[in-house]
Amino acid sequence: MSGTHDHLVYMANQIAANLAMEADAVKATADHIEAFWDPRMVAAVLSDGAGLSPVAAAAFEVLRGAEV
Amino acid sequence: MTYQPQSDLGTPAGTGEPVTLTIDGRAVTVPAGTSVMRAAAEIGTAIPKLCATDNMKAFGSCRLCLVEVEGRRGTPASCTTPAEAGMVVHTQTPQLQKLRKGVMELYISDHPLDCLTCAANGDCELQDQAGAVGLRDVRYAAGDNHLGQAKDLSNPYFDFDPSKCIVCSRCVRACDEVQGTFALTIDGMGFGSKVSAGTAADDFLSSECVSCGACVQACPTATLQERAVVEIGTPERSVVTTCAYCGVGCTFRAEMRGEQLVRMVPWKDGKANRGHSCVKGRFAWGYANHQERILNPMIRASIDQPWREVSWDEAFAHAASEIRRIQAKYGKDSVGGITSSRCTNEETFLVQKLVRAGFQNNNVDTCARVCHSPTGYGLKTTFGTSAGTQDFDSVEQCDVMLVIGANPTDGHPVFASRMKRRLRQGAKLIVVDPRRIDMVRTPHIEAEHHLPLRPGTNVAVLTAMAHVIVTEGLADEAFVRERCDWDEYRHWADFVANPRNAPEALQPVTTVDPAELRAAARLYATGGNAAIYYGLGVTEHSQGSSTVMAIANLAMATGNIGRPGVGVNPLRGQNNVQGACDMGSFPHELSGYRHISDAATRKLFEADWGVALDPEPGLRIPNMLDAACDGSFKALYVQGEDILQSDPNTRHVSAGLAAMECVIVHDLFLNETANYAHIFLPGSTFLEKNGTFTNAERRIQPVRKVMTPINGLEDWEVTQGLANALGLGWNYRHPSEIMDEIARLTPTFAGVSFDRLDELGSIQWPSTAAAPEGTPVMHIDGFVRGKGKFVVTDYIPTDERTGPRFPLLLTTGRILSQYNVGAQTRRTANVVWHEEDLLEIHPVDAEDRGLKTGDWVRLASRSGETTLRATVTDRVAPGVVYTTFHHPATQANVVTTDYSDWATNCPEYKVTAVQVAASNGPSDWQEDYEALSERSRRIEAAE
Repeated sequence: MSGTHDHLVYMANQIAANLAMEADAVKATADHIEAFWDPRMVAAVLSDGAGLSPVAAAAFEVLRGAEV
Repeated sequence: MTYQPQSDLGTPAGTGEPVTLTIDGRAVTVPAGTSVMRAAAEIGTAIPKLCATDNMKAFGSCRLCLVEVEGRRGTPASCTTPAEAGMVVHTQTPQLQKLRKGVMELYISDHPLDCLTCAANGDCELQDQAGAVGLRDVRYAAGDNHLGQAKDLSNPYFDFDPSKCIVCSRCVRACDEVQGTFALTIDGMGFGSKVSAGTAADDFLSSECVSCGACVQACPTATLQERAVVEIGTPERSVVTTCAYCGVGCTFRAEMRGEQLVRMVPWKDGKANRGHSCVKGRFAWGYANHQERILNPMIRASIDQPWREVSWDEAFAHAASEIRRIQAKYGKDSVGGITSSRCTNEETFLVQKLVRAGFQNNNVDTCARVCHSPTGYGLKTTFGTSAGTQDFDSVEQCDVMLVIGANPTDGHPVFASRMKRRLRQGAKLIVVDPRRIDMVRTPHIEAEHHLPLRPGTNVAVLTAMAHVIVTEGLADEAFVRERCDWDEYRHWADFVANPRNAPEALQPVTTVDPAELRAAARLYATGGNAAIYYGLGVTEHSQGSSTVMAIANLAMATGNIGRPGVGVNPLRGQNNVQGACDMGSFPHELSGYRHISDAATRKLFEADWGVALDPEPGLRIPNMLDAACDGSFKALYVQGEDILQSDPNTRHVSAGLAAMECVIVHDLFLNETANYAHIFLPGSTFLEKNGTFTNAERRIQPVRKVMTPINGLEDWEVTQGLANALGLGWNYRHPSEIMDEIARLTPTFAGVSFDRLDELGSIQWPSTAAAPEGTPVMHIDGFVRGKGKFVVTDYIPTDERTGPRFPLLLTTGRILSQYNVGAQTRRTANVVWHEEDLLEIHPVDAEDRGLKTGDWVRLASRSGETTLRATVTDRVAPGVVYTTFHHPATQANVVTTDYSDWATNCPEYKVTAVQVAASNGPSDWQEDYEALSERSRRIEAAE
């Protein structure tokens, strides 16, 4: 890991992996990030989602929708 | 209060049905099993005694406590004679008086008559009892005696003078029964009997003595005497307060002469420690007056300048102007604060209030981030509340202890003594730990099962245990059906029952013998009341929160929740970890663990504080440092925390701090973080302020000011000064008013006030209308969240992997004599036990590298490298190395990585891939850092 953005993407993927067994892993991931992340961290990943796992990427799409 | 010794009823209380007897014509009713001595003491009749004391079993050796019992022959010892219904006892008769005087005469005939110059003069039981029995002279001529024997002055805190010893064995029994170390013995026989620490070649320092002080407290003469009493004199008053070291939360009597602390004596009425102590709380308080303590506020424009001492007003004004300048330039979210688990609840509450109400954001976090944040997340998710389920007394009803990722004899020594006492009574022990910690095999205790897992595989081991419990039909399904969500349980049970989670299938990952793991799981599930005790070896992993939830799953599946003797017990590292979390220190929640996004909760605080609160979570500590490196976070107020030494990946921490324009450190000393600070606000010690700490069992206990703060202000006053410089208009006159505010805003603290704490001694939250005196055991009739939640915890290996370059796994921890980053204990005589961090390495790994004990070694990881000395030991498994992080010269966290728990960002201190090689000197980093520290600590000479 190097750089804040890479770190944030890593964290998001880690959350998604650990919530993979939830009935709705995408929602669980989105809910977790919404509950615990500072908005600037969410915004940073929303602006560049490169490297996100599929579940994490879907979760950020949920968060993007919630922003609108 | 004026000095009075603590009361001593002679022997422990009985526990049987009430019996009534007559003592000196007065009826007294006591529980069966109570001694005649104690029954007499309970009606105010003090039978002379020397070998008896009420925290140990009766011994019956001193022959001073003789009584007469009607209808019985002889004069039995009252300490070993149980009270019986209808018994008629006489404690004062001519015959008894004669016998006692004769016994005392023999004692005194072999005791130096130097009372006037003795350190214990006026505080000596032998002196008191000589008076009580009316001894006026000694008829025996001088003959063989024990006078003039050499003192043992090896221990830095107490002296052993064998010439004053009456061989009552209280010290030996205290070491055995109270502390459980068995370091002392009576050597020899008859006239040659003497107290001995270890072998004939040992003194107290070289023996196995852990300097807990139990023997000193038990000694009825000046044989074992605190050196401070020798040097200062006996105390004249005492104040009951709470220790500022670990999460056990021992209460002590601070025994004083004027404003000088003479000694800290464990308070027998303390509900956490029950009159016991460890070397830190009992003796290691000298840092409070250490010459390196900073007493005046200081500022500087940049970190390459020397510090300049200023007035408090100038410091506050400068700090406030810097905060406002930075917010105006970079936005309101560019600043934040860190609360400390070493500070009081009231201080912590004020710091988070300062951030939320004054900085107008939620960038507040606490050092619990780097220790027990996964406990908060995991237990709230599964049980509904972010705290342990039991009180410490619960251990006395425990049949099976599962200790995972904790080293209680070093980290929580006073509670470890209680654990060991229960184990000696027959409770069974399971240890899950990569190292062979002391509790695996210690005098009169041997773990039934030690599972020496590979670091980083806690979840796999716990899931494998769950597999055994579910597949062998050992789950308590009746409990689960009644108390938990059944569908979630079934989902979890199906998961753990999958063959891939069998101990045999996971052995390649865990390295744990499957048969041993199966046996441990069976014992946990079927051995009676089973309790889990865990520490940072659980939380400080990339799956720390998952491990906490896996622990909760096990407890629920076996019905080991909701009554004494069972439960889930996080052993908190620092004194107020629980309290700091309770007080709303985390960026996403207000006090009482209520999310900042909850409008109703926010409204409550907004109405009380008169400000609008930001509904979005703020930055956690590692995120603050990331944001600092990125340029969006520019100022930090740190109270009582040394993130440069304690947090992982030191290079990243230093880069973050160096990128900030204003770092405000509020501490006792110029700590490592202060090397990067622009404003220093001197702090006060726990002896110099009022407030409360909350220990690992949710017990809120008073911290009482025993001396005037030598820096001028209590810490809550410093935060208030900063707040008022920012225009907040706070007007607290005493910490009790802060607690009133906490109680007003926090439902679980509703019944807490300083008056109630004075009345009850302590209160375990929740303290509500339904439980005004607190809640020792939680989840008795149901979980706080309603139904207990089973969470599937799939094992996901950490990304920190060993390989050819870094083939070993480093795990870090601490040692008995030192505390956290050592800021306090390194400035005491405790350094005689641990003057440097050492690297434990297995003999096989050492041989491969040509290393022997004492060699300097280079410890390198992907993050950095440091050097320290090696100690070769099979306490660690092959492939695993271990060190502590108590000394800044070592900078062990230069090596640790920024991998962290998936849910909370708690750092993964316990797993770092490293290489170890011979070295002949400090690393470049260490040399550069030492130079930086020297430059950074310069203080301009006063004009």
